[in-house]
Amino acid sequence: MKWIGLIAVVLTGALLLSAVGDFPDFGDPKSPANGGVGDFSVSQYYITHTEQDTKVPNVVTAVLADYRGYDTMFETTVIFIAGIGIIAILRSHPPGGRRGPAHPIDATVDGDHQRIIIGITCRIMIPIIQIFALYVVAHGHHSPGGGFQGGVMLGASFILIGLSRDLQAALARFSERRFIVLACLGVAIYAGFGLLCLLLERNFLDYGVLDGFFHTDPVMARSHGIFAVEVGVAFTVTAIMFAIYANLSSKGRLDEGL
Amino acid sequence: MIVAFDIIILIFLVITAVISLRVRDLLGATMVLSIYSFLMCLLWAEMGAVDVAFTEAAVGAGVSTVFLIATIYHTRRHSSD
Repeated sequence: MKWIGLIAVVLTGALLLSAVGDFPDFGDPKSPANGGVGDFSVSQYYITHTEQDTKVPNVVTAVLADYRGYDTMFETTVIFIAGIGIIAILRSHPPGGRRGPAHPIDATVDGDHQRIIIGITCRIMIPIIQIFALYVVAHGHHSPGGGFQGGVMLGASFILIGLSRDLQAALARFSERRFIVLACLGVAIYAGFGLLCLLLERNFLDYGVLDGFFHTDPVMARSHGIFAVEVGVAFTVTAIMFAIYANLSSKGRLDEGL
Repeated sequence: MIVAFDIIILIFLVITAVISLRVRDLLGATMVLSIYSFLMCLLWAEMGAVDVAFTEAAVGAGVSTVFLIATIYHTRRHSSD
């Protein structure tokens, strides 16, 4: 059995490596992605037209949330389904109702010192992490970042509360009801803005038609539309990241964590 | 794109990938995997894909390491195979 596996892996690897030889060189201006087929080149179109089409300087964000908005919408849905799946598999309620922490808090002098150092450091760091995460979400048009990265950082800040204190302290700030509602709300915001465009008689996720809604011209409306769906992505990712941690670290009981 | 830098990172990538598979201590393997993610992030940043590098740093090196440690904490620390 081991030999069959090894042969399969070696054959697949050889096939992949032989396919790598057919790739165009890195940064080759004549490759299909850069030079295009015939006169039309996709990447040239994005590089030259993104600024006029959407007023977004960061081409990556514009491609991700506007030109290929469908793709990002279903990526968000994949994360949502993954999180809901983990909650559905792991979440369980202890039979005896809610009890206090099983092992008492380490009250020795040495343990106390460690708790103080970690507690104070995290208390200072968490607001900075959260402000930076919001900046990454809001500034995704101009600099690297966007909904996914900012959402992961925001979720990680709540995970840090759970790690540095205990899961109850994190759940007091971000309860189970709240993260499930937030996860659903994020997907609903994304799909809702797409549907709004459809109701205004344009294509799904064609934000240009929302100029009346945002009180701007159609070009700026696409920029605002990108921001709106990025906020939706950030909501879902934040909630799901924390939900996965809370369920994994407490075996789905959401009582004490690590 | 600096070729020498690329080659150094790629060599370390292969080394960390092999180590993370061979190490029997699962916590150690997780740490090595997090180093692998960080090297991957460096490689993306060096190739000019800053958005991808950012995601790799946040998800690969950051949160997924925490998830793996949280899981290992509730299972056994040593691999049986």
